[in-house]
Amino acid sequence: MAFHSDQMAIMDSIIARYPRKRSAIMPLLHYVQSVYGYVTSDGIEIIAEKLDLATAEVTAVSTFYTQYKPEPVGEYHVGVCTNTLCAVMGGDAIFAAVKEHLGIENDGVTEDGKISIEHIECNAACDYAPVVMVNWEFYDNQTVQSVIDLIDGATAGNPPAPTRGPNTLRTWKENSAVLAGLSDGLAHEGLAAGEPSLLGLRISQSAGGNS
Amino acid sequence: MTQLTPVLSAHWDEKDSFTISAYKRHGGYTAVKKALAMEPDAVIQTVKDAGLRGRGGAGFPTGMKWGFIPQGDNKDHYLVVNADESEPGTCKDTPLMMANPHVLIEGIVIASYAIRANYAFIYIRGEVVHVVRRLQQAIADAYAQGLLGKNIQGSGFDLELVLHVGAGAYICGEETALLDSLEGFRGQPRLRPPFPAIAGLYAKPTVVNNVESIASVPSIINNGPEWFSAMGTEKSKGYTLYSLSGHVANPGQFEAPLGITLRELLTLGGGIRQGHQLKFWTPGGSSTPLFTQDHLDVPLDYEGVSAAGSMLGTKALQIFDETTCVVRAVLRWTEFYKHESCGKCTPCREGTWWLVQILRDLEAGKGTAADLDKLLDVVDNIMGRSFCALADGAASPIISSLKHFREEYMQHLALGACPFDPVASTLFATAGA
Repeated sequence: MAFHSDQMAIMDSIIARYPRKRSAIMPLLHYVQSVYGYVTSDGIEIIAEKLDLATAEVTAVSTFYTQYKPEPVGEYHVGVCTNTLCAVMGGDAIFAAVKEHLGIENDGVTEDGKISIEHIECNAACDYAPVVMVNWEFYDNQTVQSVIDLIDGATAGNPPAPTRGPNTLRTWKENSAVLAGLSDGLAHEGLAAGEPSLLGLRISQSAGGNS
Repeated sequence: MTQLTPVLSAHWDEKDSFTISAYKRHGGYTAVKKALAMEPDAVIQTVKDAGLRGRGGAGFPTGMKWGFIPQGDNKDHYLVVNADESEPGTCKDTPLMMANPHVLIEGIVIASYAIRANYAFIYIRGEVVHVVRRLQQAIADAYAQGLLGKNIQGSGFDLELVLHVGAGAYICGEETALLDSLEGFRGQPRLRPPFPAIAGLYAKPTVVNNVESIASVPSIINNGPEWFSAMGTEKSKGYTLYSLSGHVANPGQFEAPLGITLRELLTLGGGIRQGHQLKFWTPGGSSTPLFTQDHLDVPLDYEGVSAAGSMLGTKALQIFDETTCVVRAVLRWTEFYKHESCGKCTPCREGTWWLVQILRDLEAGKGTAADLDKLLDVVDNIMGRSFCALADGAASPIISSLKHFREEYMQHLALGACPFDPVASTLFATAGA
């Protein structure tokens, strides 16, 4: 499958952001994932061609980073944080329950292609532990039941909204486009900050603003 | 009791705090006007006088770093903001950029002007898509209002700002790996010297600063270096974000002067979760040696934490109570370092792998007492033997846990199993479980 001329134009605009074109390799890989859902050999070839690289050089970069997927993932990619703090506080129990509920293992995809799962490392939201990411949106303060409900909702095409994110959960491909630098116009949706982010501020305010 | 000092977080409770209009409503983008009317060297001097030190972990003086950029060299200079927040436990830059991206952008314009850079980058990790959205919008709005681009505010200063989104690699938080990644390569650390100030991005003079460091700059320009240096301690000046997480009644962010103690933060946050006691904690992420209840009164500044045998790091205070198995915690962190080792340096690549093998056996109660010495022997052979500090970080929880909790490792061996019930440490467990 070849890329259309409008897709080629988008890739050129990504390359134009940088003083040197090789720097565009990462957003271009995100862009390929927004088109195909994963890094295809077609995608590798077009990036190599545009950046004057060997396909092996593009593959070498693609395989270094865990967000670039060599195989298709689900429409909703569920990452459960199992780094120490989240694991201890419930992440291990959540991930075990998710695997059992779906009958798939780490890096697995459901047969209908709706859900894939991965245990992820610390996602910079430890004050909201245990944390689950879906298509790299925050689902804070999760429990086993809340994640099962989330997955069942996503499977039925009706996932709950992220805790700190847009009003509706976007698909893996749609969010990959945002990571490629293509705005979806949803920055204004969702909270400015969750309650844990505001804890110190609130304490300071309740002490009269000069705590 | 140390007083909290919300500066960066002062308006995060407003629903639109991330917009350019909200930022301007609270005096945003006035510091940049002031700075652009100063000589660039005077801006650097102001940041030096304030005593601002890097908030990304190492604590290097920010103004001094800027001063290392050679001037009049007819080369392009670059500012790169390290927004690849990935150190386990660290969760301050992410809420900062989500709730107030403009304070970072204003800091970037000022810092770029000071080091005479006309191109700046924010390298953000790719796993936080809504923060990416907020930054994209903020950058677009700043361009639209003439705060980025050509001839900023009529000053004659030009700056292009590019948001570069990573793709899941902890190592890219290391500044030279970050630069390789930004150049379009696998993110692997470089041998130093040369340091980025001499040969950074595209082998040109480059400053790499943490998000919080750069975001602190507008407040320094607006309020003066004396205002900033009046907060904090003798060598650790100013306010900073402390992130409290884990087995506490109320986890969250606290902006306070450097030098506040965990005892004070716990008092403010409501203490350890009900019915439990503090067992161990990290002062600044998983790469900083573990502390125990004996360290509650250590001043959380660069010198205080260092003198007590750890590092201030990213001020990521991960709190674990008595239900947590320290061997399990250390094993999991070690698995993380093994997974994130980029593979460039043999001691780190092989050493972290062996550490995981030994710790897995120990956690399952299948090891022997000799394995504890073997752990320390492997650690001794990987520390300081690689291009970057990843392996040193892997060593920290192992050495410190053996120092404080050797008995608990021995219990695993005596019992032939882990003596802890993992359910008791979850949030789903009821108090006292």
